[in-house]
Order: sequence, then structure tokens, then C-alpha cells
Amino acid sequence: MSTATKKKESAATSAAEKGIKELPHAAVRFAGDSGDGMQLAGTQFTNTTAVFGNDISTFPDYPSEIRAPAGTLGGVSGFQVNFGSHTVYTPGDEVDALIAMNPAALKMNLKELAEGGILIINTSEFTKSNLQRAKFETNPLETDELSRYRVYKIPITDQVLEAVKDTGLGTKQAARCKNFYALGLAFWLYDRPLDTTLHWIETKFARVPAVAIANTLALKAGYNFGETAEIFPVRYKVDRADLKPGKYRSLTGNQATALGFVTAAKLAKKPLFYGSYPITPASDILHELSYYKNYDVRTFQAEDEIAAMNAVIGAAYAGNIAVTGTSGPGSALKQEAIGLAVMTELPCVIVNVQRGGPSTGLPTKTEQADLWQSVLGRNSDCPVPVIAARWAAACFDTAIEAVRVAVKYMTPVFMLSDGYLANCSAPWRIPEPSELKPIEIKHADDPETFQPYQRDENGARPWAIPGTPGMQHRIGGLEKEHITGGVCHFPENHERMTNLRAQKLANIARDIPDQKVFGNKNGDLLLVSWGGTYGAMRQAAKYLIEADRKIGHMHMRWLNPMPSNVGDILKRFKKILVCELNAGQLRFLLQAHYKVDTLGLNKVQGLPFKINDIVKKANELLGGK
Amino acid sequence: MSSTDTALSARDFKSSQEVKWCPGCGNYSILNQMQKVLAETGATKENTVFVSGIGCSSRFPYYMDTFGFHGIHGRAPSIATGIKIANPDLNVWVITGDGDGLSIGTNHLIHTIRKNIGLKIVLFNNRIYGLTKGQYSPTTEFGKKTKSSPWGTIDYPIHPICISIGAEVTFIARCVDVDVQCMQTVLRRASEHKGTAFVEIYQDCNVYNHGAYSFASDRKTKLDNVLYLEHGKPMIFGKDRDKGIRLNGITPEVVERGKGIAVNDLLIHDEKAPEPTLAYLLSRMHFPDYPEPVGVFRDVEEPAYENLLMNQIGEATEKLGEGTLESLFNAGDTWTVN
Repeated sequence: MSTATKKKESAATSAAEKGIKELPHAAVRFAGDSGDGMQLAGTQFTNTTAVFGNDISTFPDYPSEIRAPAGTLGGVSGFQVNFGSHTVYTPGDEVDALIAMNPAALKMNLKELAEGGILIINTSEFTKSNLQRAKFETNPLETDELSRYRVYKIPITDQVLEAVKDTGLGTKQAARCKNFYALGLAFWLYDRPLDTTLHWIETKFARVPAVAIANTLALKAGYNFGETAEIFPVRYKVDRADLKPGKYRSLTGNQATALGFVTAAKLAKKPLFYGSYPITPASDILHELSYYKNYDVRTFQAEDEIAAMNAVIGAAYAGNIAVTGTSGPGSALKQEAIGLAVMTELPCVIVNVQRGGPSTGLPTKTEQADLWQSVLGRNSDCPVPVIAARWAAACFDTAIEAVRVAVKYMTPVFMLSDGYLANCSAPWRIPEPSELKPIEIKHADDPETFQPYQRDENGARPWAIPGTPGMQHRIGGLEKEHITGGVCHFPENHERMTNLRAQKLANIARDIPDQKVFGNKNGDLLLVSWGGTYGAMRQAAKYLIEADRKIGHMHMRWLNPMPSNVGDILKRFKKILVCELNAGQLRFLLQAHYKVDTLGLNKVQGLPFKINDIVKKANELLGGK
Repeated sequence: MSSTDTALSARDFKSSQEVKWCPGCGNYSILNQMQKVLAETGATKENTVFVSGIGCSSRFPYYMDTFGFHGIHGRAPSIATGIKIANPDLNVWVITGDGDGLSIGTNHLIHTIRKNIGLKIVLFNNRIYGLTKGQYSPTTEFGKKTKSSPWGTIDYPIHPICISIGAEVTFIARCVDVDVQCMQTVLRRASEHKGTAFVEIYQDCNVYNHGAYSFASDRKTKLDNVLYLEHGKPMIFGKDRDKGIRLNGITPEVVERGKGIAVNDLLIHDEKAPEPTLAYLLSRMHFPDYPEPVGVFRDVEEPAYENLLMNQIGEATEKLGEGTLESLFNAGDTWTVN
């Protein structure tokens, strides 16, 4: 049993009271067929919980097929939400309650349920044919294979049909309300109010009153079943979290990324150009941005990844804040054009929402295996800054910082997110616009002094945009002459320009904050991580430190260049464990840069780290205890 | 001083760069006509951008004293698209070739045309790879012996005007590099068109494919081999204007005037026809079976992409108000922690 689970249980027991048991946190997973509306149920549960005042972290887990055949294992869709009265770092290593809407959902998700956890089963769907589709040889409800859990057998579909029978909906449509029944039951079980969801149903289905009424009836039927059926001995309460005062909303990583870019463009007083080709799991950024027309956001859905990147270069040349979003295979296609952006020294941002690979790989699953591609993946010596978001809501700040660096240094910048961050959601404290620093942009406009490749103190060349009188000049992919920017093939000039491009990257290292270490500043073991694994890593580090382990945690945000004190930090620990969702890419870069011996914790299953993965490995290395 | 203050001459559009095309290359003529047309149409240096890909043609921007972007192979239409969307007020020209635009970059060419983005695309078609020294290109005639096809090509050529019509082009024209008059007309018309204007120029590569278009450039024979398209006029050609094009069923045929054929029997050119049927039929006419049509095949008005986009932005802003950071941040379900 993990340290996490032990803690949870002791807290839970002490807070027990009549009928209601208080918990520091709880994780719930809704699982069903991909047509069952589990993502919707999960999102509604999340919104209500966020509005209630808990800290939250969510994890949607859905198949890449749009609609695999109903009832099959390939068609199972799940949504997990972890909420607490303290900082919640991950969606939870395991869930405390699983709602399984059919046999396939039970089979695919049971391993996520904690021993002794609550298992709510929609028995209406446990028909012979559904059991066969889920490849059950015997009905698990009739054997003792579920005996380790607290099982609640409820004929949800039948109850929903009964509850909504007066709405006039056909059986098929009526049965589709079952996700709201499950949601209502979960609301009762965790003592959540219904009003946020009721309001949502009213707005969403305003034009189809019968559906609105049916969903409302189903939601209330689920809630009331919990209240009256008396099959649950207790219900649970998770108190409000001690979040920093302020106004909040819940954002997924992709939403936060989109918001970050709109904000950056506003801070720069520029239109935002977003050129992109749809690709999982990055498409939501395009969807989100295409809505923001009244913010002067110009979205361009290109014919392919290459066109998207080249259009971004054109838009940057013409003076927009220019951004593209993609995932691994798309990033590979864009690399030649990214080289052009490096050669022409134009500011733009490439967001890579990483997924499992190589090739098409695991489109809907998360991975961190595009670090090498971002740092090293172009022809010739072609430095590109790389920054990674660590947290869903942090995608907002990361996007703004990527733009800030791009325009200050006149360079393309990679922003790495991943499939996990993209889709999981977390509370975001809404900033006051006045808290955000403007992004200063100065376009060159003096023909007397203008030289296209004359550099400023940061090593950046001037940004002169078409439409500016007297500033006409020519740039392109051929090597440039230092200062004049004319085409130049001289050997010494090429070497000089190569060095100047490298120097520009090195200059960024002077500009970014020093690397911080959480916990011990020296000791037995340094945990190193980057990007979307932050939550699990930080929680693991906390548990280890609480257990008096002499460890520190270094979570990296800037990966190219790395902060200038990273080398010093690495020297202060006896062992270094680099934890990544790839086969060792950061580890390789650290060893190359700093010539240190490191160990790797590498998980490449298309899934995020569990807290316990890290705690276990750390304890193994530390020995004792 | 802003260059908008004074009228510019063709010479003003010449950059200080030494032109490095082979002596005798057809590109020189195109460069000269472009500079003349820009001067005549009152273009300004600061609002004009030339974007190119890779190949001999793509050196073009270096020789123009305007904004210029020498991109990567095949991608000029995409770079130009970004420029046009970022600033729809700019006059954006794309210079490409048969290798750049019809091989590696065909995808972008087709989609740019389909979206009717307000770019002027000029394709120098010399039916050969010149910069890489003489391999066959997508427009090279079937069976031609080149460096990479010593036994003759076994590729069927692509026809740029046919595929652009397939992509719903709103302006399509063709001219021959030595025909200065026709080229000026075509480039001027292209510069005035809203939406994508696509111009194919038959251009002689005098080093690797000399004479590919002698049928259309030779003073002695060209009038018999070329059909000048004029809107609303019957299709008549020949040194003595003694031949015409008639429709036989759905196939065009060459007929001699007199001999029972009246002007009324000939096809009338209609570049404004809403359906591109006639333009397509003309695009299929190839020497030596037919005279090859030059001039404007099709010129119809459809809203340009960048205008539609800016209209959407305008409408959304009118409906929802200009977006501010306050409105951006505070959308959706929010809650307050005290």
C-alpha cells in the first residue's frame, strides 16, 4: 500500500462522524462506453467540485476510436477526478470510487480501484452479450472476484428509463440520460450540490426541453437513490481547500495554453496568428482559439503541418504574434521550416502537445519523448529554445513566457506540453490584468541605420515588417552575411553566424530564473524531472521528505538553454534520479552537458507517473527503511 | 521620405543585387515586365512583398527593391498566406517554378488557390529542373531524355492550368516569356484581381531545355501556334487570322475561316463564365494539335479568404465587443475563494 493511501485512511478514520465521513481527498472514476457520456459526467463533477472550493486534478482516459463497437474493451472511456481539502497534485494513483457503466468498463478500470474501494455497477448492462463483448467468461457479479471491494449493484439503465418515462423520449434517447444518474449518485455520495449541473443542463438543452427535463430527472433520480435507498452506510465529505484567495476557474492544459497566447498577443498589442493542422491531442487549442475572433485572433487551419509552420513564419515576418500547435508527428514535419525560422531569426512559438510514439504511436496517450526532437531535431547546428509546462494551469504562464522570449531574442521557441496536461484540468487563479507585464515590441523603422542582421545586446536582430516605408529588405533560408543580411557563402562568415546563433541561445540562460530545488539542497538523492510529471514528482518528494529522506526535487522548466546553476545543483547530491516518461532523453542531455552519472526512472506506457512509482524507486535507491 | 509620395519608375523597383541568372534566361524578361507593371500600377516598395521557394525562379525576390522572402522548397504559398493574413493590405506575390510549385509544393499551391487567398502566384514553367542541373520536372513532356531520364521519361506531365481549375481558381492566365505585351497585360490583370491570381509563364531555360517553347516564341511561327484569348471575342488565330476554334460536340476543333465557316460558328471567349468549363477546355489545348491559348482564361469574383476572415473578426467584435483580458479571464464558471 502506498504512503498516500495510508495517510488518507488514518485521516479519514479520525474524521468519521454520524453518517458522514470526512476525507482529506478522494478520487472518483466514471467509466463506461465511449457513447455513455462519461467525459461529460466527469467534467460536471469537476466543475461542481471546483465551485465548491476543493483543489482538483482530473484525468480523462478515452480511446482513439471515435466510437468503437458498443460494449467492447476498445470503446471504454473513463474520467477520473481527484479532489481534496489540500493541494492536489495528481488525479490520484488509484481511485476510491469507481462507477462502471458496463462489463467492459469494469474490466478495463478495476485495476485502478483501491482495495476496499467503492464499486458502483450498472447491473442493467451486465447482459450475456455485453459480458461476451467484454470477454468475461463468467459473470463477475456472480463470483467472488469482486469481494475485495465494496460493491453496490444498481440497475442504473432500468432506473433511468423508469425515471424519465413521462418525458416522451424513446428508449434509446432516454437511456442516454444514464450518465446523469451516475453523476447524481456521485454527487450524493460526496455531498456535492446539484445546482451547477442543473444550471448547465438548463442552458445547454434550452432548445430541447424534453432532453433537459429527462437529464434533470435522471440526475435527481441518482441523487435521491443515494438518499433513500440506504444501501450506502456512509457518505463522504471533502472540505474546502485552503487555496490562495481570489477568483478561480477550472482550465485544462490546452485551454490554458490558448488563453496564454491570446493574453500574450494582447500584452504585445498585436494580433495573434495561430496556424495549425488538426492533430490529437493538440486540436483543442485550435478549437479554443478559433472562437476568440473578437480578440483579433486569426486562426488558419492549414492543409498540412508544413503549411501551418510556414504560414506562421510568414505571419511573424509581417508582425503578428505567430504560433502553431501540434504533436510529435506534426512537429517532425515542421522541423525544416523551424530551421527557416532560425535562419531568418523570426519570433514564433511551436507548441508540441506530446503523445506516445514513434510514428503515429499512441495518439491519445501521454509521453515526454519529443525532448530530443525539440532540442536536436533539425538539419545542421540549429538551436531553438525549449520550455516545458509543468501543470495544466501553468500552460498559461508558459505560453506567455515563450512569446516573451521569442520576440525579445527573435527566435522560434518550442513550448512542450503533453497529452496528460492537455486534457487534465486544475483550478486557475484568475490574475488581475494589471499583474501581467506588457510585452514590449519595437519594430525597426529607421532606414538610415537599418541593417537586417545587426544585433542588439541580447544578440537579436531588428524586426522590420512589410508596410514600413524605406525598410524593404530581403531575407530567406540561405546563409546570411553578418550585419547586412545579404546572401553569403564565405567560410568564416558561416562559422561566425553559427556561433552567433548559439550565443543567442546562451544569452537566454542569463535571462531565465535560477533553477530551484525543493526540499534538501544537498543530500543522498536528487529527483530530477521536467514538464507534465510535476504533480506526481512533487507529491512523491513531499512524502519522502516527510519520511526524513535526504532528498531534493529539481523540476526543470527551461530545457534549452538550461538554467546556469543546474551543474552546481547536480554536484550536491550523492545520487541523481532522472524521472521521465521516455527512455532517458533528459538524462542523456544532462550527462552530455554536465558529465554527471545519473540514474533513470523511465515509464513508457502512455500513462503518467503514479506517485508510488517514484516513492518506490527512490526508497529502493536510498535503502533502509 | 516615404516612397508613397512620388510615382515610381520600373528602375526604382530594381534592387542593388547583381542578377545572377544565366545570360539569355527567360527570367530576365519576366523581371523587367514585373518591374514595369509595378510602376504602372502605382505599387509601393513598402507594401509589396515577393515570396519564393527554391529554384532558379525563386531568386527573383533578391532582385526586387521591395520586401522579399526567399523561403524553402515548395512552401512559398504558405509563407505568403501567413503574410497576407497578418496584413491584408500588403500586395503579396509568390514566385515559383514547375519543380517548386508543381512537385514538392503542389499541395500548398492547390489549397492556396482553393481558399482564394489574395496572392498573385507567378509560376515560371521551363519544364526542367535548372538549379539542380537538368533533371526532368513534373511538366516535362513524356519520353524526354534528361539527366535523370537518359532513356526518356516515363512520367506523364501535370498541367498547371487544369489543376488550378480543379481547385476552383478565380483568376488564371498564361503568357510566354518573350511576349512582352501579353505578359504585361496578364501581370497587370493579376495584380488587380481580388483573391488568388495564378499566372503560368512559358519560360525558356536556355541551358537545360532550350527551345521547349520555340513553337510559341519563334516570330515566324508563333501566330500559327498560339491563340490570344480576348474576352467576348471569337477565337481566331493564325498569321493571316485565317483560322479559328469551333466546338464539335464537346471537343474543340481547328477550322479554316471562309470555306463555309462564319465568325458566328466560332467559340466566343468568356473569361467571366461562372462555370470553368470553357477555361478547362482551353487548358486542354496543346501544341501541335491545337494552338496553345495565352492571355486570361478565367477571371471571376469570389470573396477572398483574408476578407472573409477580417469580416468574421469584425462581426464577432461587433456582436461580442472587443475582447479584453478581463472578459477573456472571467468567462465560464468561476468561483471565489476568500
